[in-house]
Amino acid sequence: MRAYKPKDDVQKKPYYTDRFYKSPQVPKSSPESDELFSADLDAIKERFEVLDAYIQVGQLVVYINPQDNFKVLEMLKNERAYSQLSEMSAIDWIADRGGFEVFYQMLSMAKRRRIRIKIFIKKGQAVNSVEKLFRSADWSEREMFDMFGIEANGHPFMKRILMPYDWQGHPLLKTYPLQGDEFAAWYEVDKIFGKEARDIIGPEIRDTARVDRYDSERFSLLGHEVPKGTKITGDEPKVQESYQEEGGVFLIKKFDRKSSVVIDDPQR
Amino acid sequence: MAQIKNRLTPFFENITFDREDNELILNFGPQHPSAHGQLRLMLHLQQEMITKAHPDIGYLHRGMEKMAENMIYNEFMPTTDRMDYIASSSNNYGFALTVEKLIGLEVPRRAKVIRMMLLEINRLMSHIFWLATTALDIGAMTVFLYSFREREYLMDIIEGYCGARLTHAAIRIGGVPLDIQDSFISQLKAFLDKLPENIKTYEDLLDTNRIWLMRMEEVGTISTEMALSWGCTGPMLRASGVAWDIRKEEPYELYDEVEFNVPYSDKGDNFARYRIFMEEMRESAKILYQTIDMYEKCVKDGQTELMAHAPKYVSASKLDIMTQNYSLMQHFVLVTQGMRPPVGEVYVATESPKGELGFFINSQGGPYPYRLKVRAPSFWHAGILTDLLPGHYIPDVVSIIGTTNIVFGEVDR
Repeated sequence: MRAYKPKDDVQKKPYYTDRFYKSPQVPKSSPESDELFSADLDAIKERFEVLDAYIQVGQLVVYINPQDNFKVLEMLKNERAYSQLSEMSAIDWIADRGGFEVFYQMLSMAKRRRIRIKIFIKKGQAVNSVEKLFRSADWSEREMFDMFGIEANGHPFMKRILMPYDWQGHPLLKTYPLQGDEFAAWYEVDKIFGKEARDIIGPEIRDTARVDRYDSERFSLLGHEVPKGTKITGDEPKVQESYQEEGGVFLIKKFDRKSSVVIDDPQR
Repeated sequence: MAQIKNRLTPFFENITFDREDNELILNFGPQHPSAHGQLRLMLHLQQEMITKAHPDIGYLHRGMEKMAENMIYNEFMPTTDRMDYIASSSNNYGFALTVEKLIGLEVPRRAKVIRMMLLEINRLMSHIFWLATTALDIGAMTVFLYSFREREYLMDIIEGYCGARLTHAAIRIGGVPLDIQDSFISQLKAFLDKLPENIKTYEDLLDTNRIWLMRMEEVGTISTEMALSWGCTGPMLRASGVAWDIRKEEPYELYDEVEFNVPYSDKGDNFARYRIFMEEMRESAKILYQTIDMYEKCVKDGQTELMAHAPKYVSASKLDIMTQNYSLMQHFVLVTQGMRPPVGEVYVATESPKGELGFFINSQGGPYPYRLKVRAPSFWHAGILTDLLPGHYIPDVVSIIGTTNIVFGEVDR
């Protein structure tokens, strides 16, 4: 029987994990341990529902409901001095929980604090755009849409940003293979030459490390080179190779295997 | 492939189309020499004035984040070189620091000093490169030739250290792989002693140059609100009146032990950014002098450790691997399976020459990161062109792109 391979997560898996291995955890501390963070958290708690909150590696992480994202960020920007949205993106949890985690990484320069607001959305659900608050979200949300297919409601230009506009599939989903899917392999051939040229050209080889051992055009046995396109049998005769011009070069003595001495012992 | 007819419709790049409302649409790039990489700008023009700009990126997209999800942590290190390839050690460092924060690793002091040296050399390389290319874009070819000469000295020093000139991969998770070579400090000192003179040469050529001033002053002004809203960091933000330097505000490594100033300006125009780059070069030199002293103190105190001691995550020294059985086994596991950091999430920002370079890692305890997000400063510095370019004229586009200092390896990742 073939080994079962999950289709909802095609990322590389470790080939061996000890049966008794238990991963350690990055320590979390309570938000009360930091004055500024606990004040921020209390301000959020006053008006919005907070699902979970902790400090990890010096940054406050707050889980809120997805519909509150705009209002919470607005409050943090206007009232809590979190002036910059450094980063936002998503994490694919479709295989485990059927949705995405979207995070907003905020920075307060006045307080020298960083806070991470997280929301969980179901697959296919859209988020509220925060582009009106932070212009940086304009491109971040487009990137998130491009990579995960999460749309942002109220975004002025919800188009792909890194991939071509006519691309199919969202590359950072766990279901998307590293070397691209079938669409990716035929994308350029179909677009440039048309589907009827598929047989002539063949799919794009997207695995850069692939070596065809029968490819005599680009790869050959060293010292046993054959002309391009020759069928390899395996008993090719040794070729006496010479990489210098036949006529010789002015002032340069031709290096010739026959007239030179090969020293086998490097120590002499 | 000559016998197969292709279907590409003729596409006349950089030809303007006249519309009924007298609006021209100009396609700038993606192969424009002044675009600093593969940037395509669709510019709507009224006469020579830009009314709407639409930057189009993604021509250098390699899917770094996807690759990271399929690589062990150490495997990803050389890949980070290919992001901001003008100052690749700063990417290495940002990634290494993030993983170290994730697993809670303390790096030996000597390695920290060497890392700081590399980071500041990279900052100098990046700023000198910025000056060269921007000056060339604007037409000052002499500056280009002078500053490339200086950059060459720095590249030689780095080459002596790690063997590479552009893609260094000179930093490891847990420290640095090598001690600096014997000639490193003497070479660096010789360079630093000459640097103020060199910077003065550039400034003499540019500061009072009429053409330079006309192209730079009052062009591409970014207000503080706009810079904050667009997520600008680094020199872009400091030129707009916010003295925010992560090295100063959230010090990492030994930046809290060295003395340096954070130059900033409230003008926000191209010229302010140019001045900040020049001043930052001087500050970097100041830091480098101090790191040389720190390094010599490390040598005197007999601190020889270069890699952190953490057998679960970091391989032992080569000597141990070759002589100790357990170290060899551990090394074998770490190379074939990779280290397994704890379950958790971390976002760490460092001050790269371009701005805030952040790495976000979500680890689920496996040898591959579950999610890795790179916060590349150039991404937003390219995005701000949408709002910055309207109202400017076509020649200003070149100088504005120049002073934003964007690198497309980083924008597209």
